[in-house]
Amino acid sequence: MVEHGDIRVVRRGGSKINFRQPVITNDSRLLLCASGHSVKVFSTSTEECVHELRGHTDLVTGVVVKPSNHLQAYSCSLDGTIRLWDFTDGILIKTYDIGYSIYSIHTSAFHKGVVFTVTSTISDKKSESFQLVAVHLPQSGDQLVKAPELSAVISDVSSNPGAIVFGRGGEYIASANGLHLEVFFFKKQKTYRFFLKKDTKTGGKNTFMCVAAHPKDDCIATGHEDGKIRLWRNFNHQKEYTYSTLHWHSNAVSSMCFTPEGTNLLSGGVESVLVQWRYNDVSQRDFLPRLGAAITHIAVSPDGALSCTSHSDNKITIIQGIKVSAVLQGLVTGESVETDLMVDPRSKALVLNGKPGHLQFYSLKRDKLLYNLDIVQQEYIHELGLQQFKVVKVAFDASGNWMATVEERKQKDAEQELNLKLWAFDEQTQSFVLNTTVADPHESRITAMCFCQAAASQTTMLISASEDGHFKAWQLRRLAPGEDDGPSCLCDFVGAYRGLVPHCCCFSADGSLLAVSFQEVVTVWSPASWELLATLSQPPKAIRNLCFGRLSCSKYLLGTTDDHLLCCWNLLTCSLEWSTSMDISLLLGDPLTENIAAFCCHAGSTDLFVFKPSEPRPVFSLKAVCSGKVTHAVFAPREEMLESCEESSQWLNHSQLYFLTQCMDLMTFTTKAEEEKLMASSKQLLIDDSVAMTPFYLLLGKHRKGESGAAASGESAGRPPLPQGSGAVKELLRTPAHVLPSTSFLCSMFVKSLLVSVGDARSVESKPAEEEMESEKEEEDSEGDMESSASRPERGSLARRSAEPAAPPLTKAQLRELRRVKKLDHSWLTGLLRS
Amino acid sequence: MGEFKVHRIRFFDYMPSAIRAMAFSTRTERLALARADGALEIFNFSDNYFQEKVLPGHDGRAVEALCWVGPRLFSAGLNGEITEYDLENLRPRYTVDAYGGPIWTIGVNSQGTLLAVGCEDGTVKMFEVLKERIQFQRNLDRQRGRIISLSWHPSGTLIAAGMMDMIRIFDAETGRATHRLVVDRGAGASKSKEVVVWSIAFLSDYTIISSDSAGKVQIWDGLNGTLIRTHLITKWDVLALSVSQDESSLVAGTSEGTVVQFQFLSSTVDRLDKDWVRTRTFKNHSHDVRALAHTETAVVSGGMDTQLVVRPLLDKVEKNTRESAIRKVSFPHRSLVCCAKKAGVLLFQFPDHLELWRLGESDGYGKPGGSLPVKRGPEKLIQLKRKGEDHICCSALSPCGGWLAYSTVTSFRLYRLLNGSISICKVSKLPKDLRPAHQLCFSTDSSKLFASSSNSSVVVVALNEPECKYLGTLKAKYGCRQPVHLLSASENGKWLATANTDCEVHVYNLDKLKLHCTVPVYGSCPTAMAIHPTTSNLVVVHADQQIFEYSLVKKEYTEWSRRLQKQGLHSLWLERDTPITHVTFNPKNPAHIIVQDLFMFCIIDKSLPLPEAKNVLYNQMTLRSLPEPDRVLHSHGFKICKDFQHLLCVSLLEDHSLVVVERPLLDIVSQLPAPVRQKKFAT
Repeated sequence: MVEHGDIRVVRRGGSKINFRQPVITNDSRLLLCASGHSVKVFSTSTEECVHELRGHTDLVTGVVVKPSNHLQAYSCSLDGTIRLWDFTDGILIKTYDIGYSIYSIHTSAFHKGVVFTVTSTISDKKSESFQLVAVHLPQSGDQLVKAPELSAVISDVSSNPGAIVFGRGGEYIASANGLHLEVFFFKKQKTYRFFLKKDTKTGGKNTFMCVAAHPKDDCIATGHEDGKIRLWRNFNHQKEYTYSTLHWHSNAVSSMCFTPEGTNLLSGGVESVLVQWRYNDVSQRDFLPRLGAAITHIAVSPDGALSCTSHSDNKITIIQGIKVSAVLQGLVTGESVETDLMVDPRSKALVLNGKPGHLQFYSLKRDKLLYNLDIVQQEYIHELGLQQFKVVKVAFDASGNWMATVEERKQKDAEQELNLKLWAFDEQTQSFVLNTTVADPHESRITAMCFCQAAASQTTMLISASEDGHFKAWQLRRLAPGEDDGPSCLCDFVGAYRGLVPHCCCFSADGSLLAVSFQEVVTVWSPASWELLATLSQPPKAIRNLCFGRLSCSKYLLGTTDDHLLCCWNLLTCSLEWSTSMDISLLLGDPLTENIAAFCCHAGSTDLFVFKPSEPRPVFSLKAVCSGKVTHAVFAPREEMLESCEESSQWLNHSQLYFLTQCMDLMTFTTKAEEEKLMASSKQLLIDDSVAMTPFYLLLGKHRKGESGAAASGESAGRPPLPQGSGAVKELLRTPAHVLPSTSFLCSMFVKSLLVSVGDARSVESKPAEEEMESEKEEEDSEGDMESSASRPERGSLARRSAEPAAPPLTKAQLRELRRVKKLDHSWLTGLLRS
Repeated sequence: MGEFKVHRIRFFDYMPSAIRAMAFSTRTERLALARADGALEIFNFSDNYFQEKVLPGHDGRAVEALCWVGPRLFSAGLNGEITEYDLENLRPRYTVDAYGGPIWTIGVNSQGTLLAVGCEDGTVKMFEVLKERIQFQRNLDRQRGRIISLSWHPSGTLIAAGMMDMIRIFDAETGRATHRLVVDRGAGASKSKEVVVWSIAFLSDYTIISSDSAGKVQIWDGLNGTLIRTHLITKWDVLALSVSQDESSLVAGTSEGTVVQFQFLSSTVDRLDKDWVRTRTFKNHSHDVRALAHTETAVVSGGMDTQLVVRPLLDKVEKNTRESAIRKVSFPHRSLVCCAKKAGVLLFQFPDHLELWRLGESDGYGKPGGSLPVKRGPEKLIQLKRKGEDHICCSALSPCGGWLAYSTVTSFRLYRLLNGSISICKVSKLPKDLRPAHQLCFSTDSSKLFASSSNSSVVVVALNEPECKYLGTLKAKYGCRQPVHLLSASENGKWLATANTDCEVHVYNLDKLKLHCTVPVYGSCPTAMAIHPTTSNLVVVHADQQIFEYSLVKKEYTEWSRRLQKQGLHSLWLERDTPITHVTFNPKNPAHIIVQDLFMFCIIDKSLPLPEAKNVLYNQMTLRSLPEPDRVLHSHGFKICKDFQHLLCVSLLEDHSLVVVERPLLDIVSQLPAPVRQKKFAT
């Protein structure tokens, strides 16, 4: 087997944005947050991701704005580097190599040229102990700088960045870990330690969770496991320190933050309520409830106008005053994905458990949450240890018209509650609408569920297999408009095999066969007549996965067993074609090709094999894809086919393979070519959001683009740009109307300048001018209609021909844009001329 | 340890009275505490918070405020009178009517020369403190509405007075009101209700701190009369305030039972301007905190739930020591139960009556720890109501069950019980010398009565059927003025030991009616003592938990006592926070001493080795689990039983059964009125 160097495992979309505390820039316009291996820069007003600062090779563990330059930011990562970014332009300025994994970063204005990082204690890496280290960043012009000057400040700190904070302009630093609070004064070089008892008699749990320091007073707020907040004062005395206690939270306080003026203290926890305490009058507090999920981090902008909270469901809420103004939602992965990964055939979105009781539809291409679908339709109560309805299974039919979900609630004493819900796609609302609810479809947990993937039949068939030893076939039927609401879902067949428990079920690609595995036996049924056609078995262990081959390999049925065997049966002969021994945790068929992907757990890490059932040699194999077991993966069809001719990467042409690692990171495989393409496209022009979105702005934006476009093609066309004209327009637009001279005077001036330039262009080259004339005429025909008309393709090709000789070939889309811009520009001019 | 048949008694319905007021004297380190029934208690904080003196209550006296003037104690109450107390004879010395209606508050200036009282009619009256009495000086400007609270400025020139809806500042010299500070009313429905300024404190930097019925603690500038800061600390009333001596900390007690501490802190390390910041909250009470005292190291609080709580401030004391432990005083440090050992009759002393009970009987046998079937239940024989308005201060029952005596501050009464204690008749002819007593005691053969009276003297009376005869007065020496609070007669009728609050223990020879000897004075007050029936050794237990054994014959400490002092007591023994209130002996085993406090009783076996520091003090359970031969190795002289809690009396009867009187705290709590309703989370 050859290692394929050009295929890499990357994080592509769906990474955590709630991992560390986000940072709001000084002007409150941008929000920076660590996200996987990169730092994302969001706009706080439009919720768009403005930049993605790529460069780190491991998890980014902290972002801070440089105190001496508020347009630059430091980020630190487990790869042992601190990087300095210009985040407005997305440029990497400098890389400082520390050499140790960094777990968090802290800065203060008091310390110039020094950043404080948390690293694991060097002496002994086994026990999880961390220390706070001051790193002196050397002044050097180089891109990559080694920072050798490290000095330990506090040993035995928490790796949680929320447990370390600078107080009052950086004069002291407070660190809480476990049951002690440590305050280090830089001026006096003195440390004060305060200890709390583990548990109080009244049931309080005193473990420190987070720390915040008042910006002006000597007051440290600490959050505790039992929901108390302590305000420490007088902590420059070992003995005469004092604290007061605030208590609102019922569970641990996970994050706290003082506002920059120090008038308010914000705190949050599992209750998903942001509590605002008045610093001077702590009996007064304001609440912002129903934030959706447990609060993990709180940050406030330096001007105090905005605050933001990170939530456990991978969400950042931006709050203005005490009102939510924007929500940045990432992919919710939670602790477990019970529904498995699915791809919605219609929107090509990734579907999995989202918010509690919801399904999320996440667009992988745009790396954005499309919408959440409320499946359970019950209020979720934010409390630890409460058993609530969970969505455990979801299935789509081939066309995306039907979706089936299973939700269950497991209670300690009571019986299990199960609901099977069927959702039909509603064309009008463009979303799924609840069609049928089947309460208690089975007597016990549902182990597998699948739709018949064959297209074009009046009814759709759904198979559900359960631990009660039965599998049921459900007939779904879309109601015709005239019909009144009769039953649209009927149980068609109940199957069982020797009282064994079914575990997997799978339809063949044409829908003519259904395979259901009953422990070690695979039964093959005909869905048309519900006849048991054949039984295949590979004792002694139970079947773990089942998968039919597709296209040319549709005669094969693949299965994996618990004793690490991969078997391939030939359905024509009903015999075992081949089998091999490997510990496969997940077997997955590509719906578009005959490729089968197998994730194979081997020595603590997972290997990937991609093969065709008919061929003995794997198409592709990659060792040590990630550590731990992979249990969730999905083939997502590509929107545009990739044209890779390399044998090893051909399997990625039609669809992309996404998988979830054990730590719930969404990973995918990418080829080199694809990566390069992506890098190129990321250098796109960005909308400057400082300009308000007005019709004028649109005009100007287009105009500017046209300029650059014209500049690109200008050489070949030999047409000089219109500097005076555009300058005059700018001038005109910038100057207030009441100070402008009379319009008639201006107009003639405009016309004059414009006439000259057009004349120039004409005299040099006639062809574009003709085109322009043509387009002007067209403009008169269809006012403002930007859609391409019938004659458009021809003109496109014409233009390409004219451009071809000199300039590098432009893509069709670019050319079209160029054309449109030219047309627009001149139509405006004609308007001027006419007046 | 031995096996006993135990009479477990829970029918003593003793109900302590609510705490109304408190005053702490830093000079003498004594806390005066007034209860709702008018009783006063003096606690000595330098001697393990021992309840040194109890002044019995009086029906008409409702003490609203207390005040120390040097060593003198003054009280004022809603009966409109100012009372000074005679702390040596445990009775009021004199009362002065202020003629201003009910008095709400009393305060003395820092020089101790002028006493100011706030009256219902809106006047602040000044009394000059003279050597033997107080004399009315003058009224300050009369205000409309009552004066609820007042506080002197330490310079003595200004007085701040809390009223309804406002605070007035008076010039103490001219008597003119200089400022009027309007206090906000509560929000919402309570807007129409007048706000009461319950408590006020005037600090030396002219800051006034007030607490009111709207739940606020407010900080005012007393010079300009402006409000500086408002802390809303409760939805209910803030009833009490107390400021520490150095004015760096203050505490406020609320109706919710919480005590909130404020501290005067600078906002940053290097700045000098300070601010009152709310810091700690203590929740030790279930009901209103009516009275507070801020000592140098602790916050002392008391209220409706009748407990006195001493909560040390951990920043002022060494951590994890005896000082840093919280203390709760819920029962008096003296015995309210008297047990007639021969007759099996119990006498319970209440403030306004006495109860006589006969113990139940049982003839069954049972396993250790089990309960026996009761043949005859306990029986209430007599309930004797006191005469007059004064509350009972002490009582005694003779061991034969034939005599009963009690005393109030004004009268002494002796009764003869006949026919198995069922019928009672008053002994009318009493010797003249038998004056109201502080402590009473019968001799073992019930032939003599000892009554302690003023100046540490003890009157001895011979009890005979037709007439009681005065035998003589035992006097220690000249100059001994403190009251006797412990009396103990020896079994053989030869000795009588007395202890007074000056920590002196005298032993008298009853044959000669003369002082036999004086036990060397130890620095801590005796809390219980008894004379051994056979060896005539006097066992004295002190408030600091030390135990001494003094041989009356040799007039020296015994060998065992010396050994005990040399080795020292176990640290856990010393850390117990309730004093030993009773000492008895086991007649079957002369080496046994039975001592008892609120939470345990202990049989001290003098024949066994003393516990060393490394030994486990409470080892009865572990001993039981060990095999027989190993027990000897692990056992030590202190055998402690914690099976019974809240013990008011442990006594050994003649038939070798143990009488245990319990008063569970829960019973007391259940009898208290309902506390203010509070919203509890998740209810």
